[in-house]
Amino acid sequence: MLDNQLEKELRRFALEIRIGAVEEFKARGFGHVGGSLSIADAVAVLYGTVMKYDPKNPRMEDRDKLICSKGHAGPAIYAALGLKGFFPYEDIKTLNQPGTNFPSHCDRRKTPGIDMTTGSLGQGTSLAVGMALGDKLKGRDSRTFLIVGDGEINEGQVWEAAMFTAAKKVTNLVWLIDNNKKQLDGYTKDILNSGDLREKFAAFGFDAVRIDGNDIPQLYEALTKKAEDKPIAIILDTVKGKGVKEVEETMANHSMTMTGEVYDKWLAGLKEELKAFA
Amino acid sequence: MKVVYNGEKDRAFKDVLGATIPRLAQEDKDVVYLDADLMNCIGTAKWAKENPDRAINCGIAEANMVGIAAGMSAVGFKPIVHTFGPFASRRCYDQVFLSGAYAGNSVTIIGTDPGVCAAFNGGTHMPFEDMALYRAIPGAYVFDITDAAMLESVLEQCKDIEGVKYIRVGRKNNKKMYEDGSKFEIGKGIVVKEDGADAVVIACGIMVAKAMEAAELLAKEGVKITVIDMFTVKPLDEELVLKYAKSTGAVVTAENHNKIGGLYSAVAEVLSRRQPVPVEYVAIEDEFGEVGPQDYLEDRFKLTAEHIAQKVKAAIARK
Repeated sequence: MLDNQLEKELRRFALEIRIGAVEEFKARGFGHVGGSLSIADAVAVLYGTVMKYDPKNPRMEDRDKLICSKGHAGPAIYAALGLKGFFPYEDIKTLNQPGTNFPSHCDRRKTPGIDMTTGSLGQGTSLAVGMALGDKLKGRDSRTFLIVGDGEINEGQVWEAAMFTAAKKVTNLVWLIDNNKKQLDGYTKDILNSGDLREKFAAFGFDAVRIDGNDIPQLYEALTKKAEDKPIAIILDTVKGKGVKEVEETMANHSMTMTGEVYDKWLAGLKEELKAFA
Repeated sequence: MKVVYNGEKDRAFKDVLGATIPRLAQEDKDVVYLDADLMNCIGTAKWAKENPDRAINCGIAEANMVGIAAGMSAVGFKPIVHTFGPFASRRCYDQVFLSGAYAGNSVTIIGTDPGVCAAFNGGTHMPFEDMALYRAIPGAYVFDITDAAMLESVLEQCKDIEGVKYIRVGRKNNKKMYEDGSKFEIGKGIVVKEDGADAVVIACGIMVAKAMEAAELLAKEGVKITVIDMFTVKPLDEELVLKYAKSTGAVVTAENHNKIGGLYSAVAEVLSRRQPVPVEYVAIEDEFGEVGPQDYLEDRFKLTAEHIAQKVKAAIARK
């Protein structure tokens, strides 16, 4: 059960992640805003309390791992890692600058704390399966968390990996589907309707649940639950662009180019909210 | 390492794979073997069933298999992956490229039945482009295996080399070229015959034995050549290529692969820049494969000793 103090800390952390991501976009002028903001709460719960890791030893063998298969949400992860001390926080503001260690899409060779390179959609799923299976065969007490986009699941490789996860009972791997309802060209229901995702994953053999993916207590409950016989899949019912009203209300919010003034307005709003946690 | 070529058949590659993969896994606790429902084709199925922690049958899902292997590499394993050549290259190329090489993961990939070795599986299973694809991956290693001793030696070394390593090898038996137990230095070509300096044939895979036959045919006509086994197609042994291009002034490449992107390309790329001499090739003329017995296909696609001999004469005529 999530106590009030921890809930407050996690909500604050989620806000800080959103602020960090927006600061990254502001520094470069553009970026994958919508999908970074939709997962901020899940990332906050993972790095805020659920996951075992050491910022001073990012490759610690028995750490828990996070694979953000929707690699374009890297800015949200970078903010979380910066806030947790994997590297100086200010570094995240070099997002997509020449020579940066913070590219658009997650890169394990560049960013301390990024557990896997992702970006070509679908591929992070199999990589996560391999990492979790490897840890299991090595007898390590660690879990792997995999974030997959709801547009990303158009990719066939996702379902190969899902089938494998369930069939081989890779129960130390937790799937999180960021069901923010939109992909680059529009609503997922219009582009390639994936139907009922919870039912699909349940049919594949997962212990599948649907929660409000922007609700900290629900995330905490789902992410602290340990798998028994079946691997866990959590369908995160989220809002693309969550936390910045103007982004939430913009239809085409996958990748956005804004002026510094607009970013400042978004930051002012988020920082105002932060005051409640002072 | 000793050349013992006398035209005799070697042990079947299938048997070598079936024995070597389990042995490597037993010797090195980090070795793990993944296959896509083709364990029975290389004799690993029985061992795999008895060792489910070391051998993983991923089902018919090559892209997923390569991704899993790459992920296992990231947590400390040395994965060896097998499927047929077309599925080990075209079918999972982006996964090899990104999840493997780009992400800094290390995977040894065995693609069996290269080129015409796919014989009765036909054109759909006949990769003439796998080396071209793998050569275009930065830092990747590409091997076209000549015989059983070489397969054992290359496999033993590959598991400990960082990065993506692609081994193309048949399942049946090639002609025996090297003494059993020979060790091969990766990235170094082997001069397997040095009769003279009229021309050099640089060959790989099944074409090495055919180049030996071609040398015999040519010797009867008074043409004396050198034969190099260039089993590491990438990184290419440039210095050896240059040395013999210079001493012979006529180069012929021979490969069971499209003329685009394989051994001919690799050799021509270095010679055009550093030692321009006439270069001819024996390779597939940018065609798709087709079904049939391997000897029919070798004739159909002009992968024979006679064709090598013709090309040698053509190269010499251009000196």
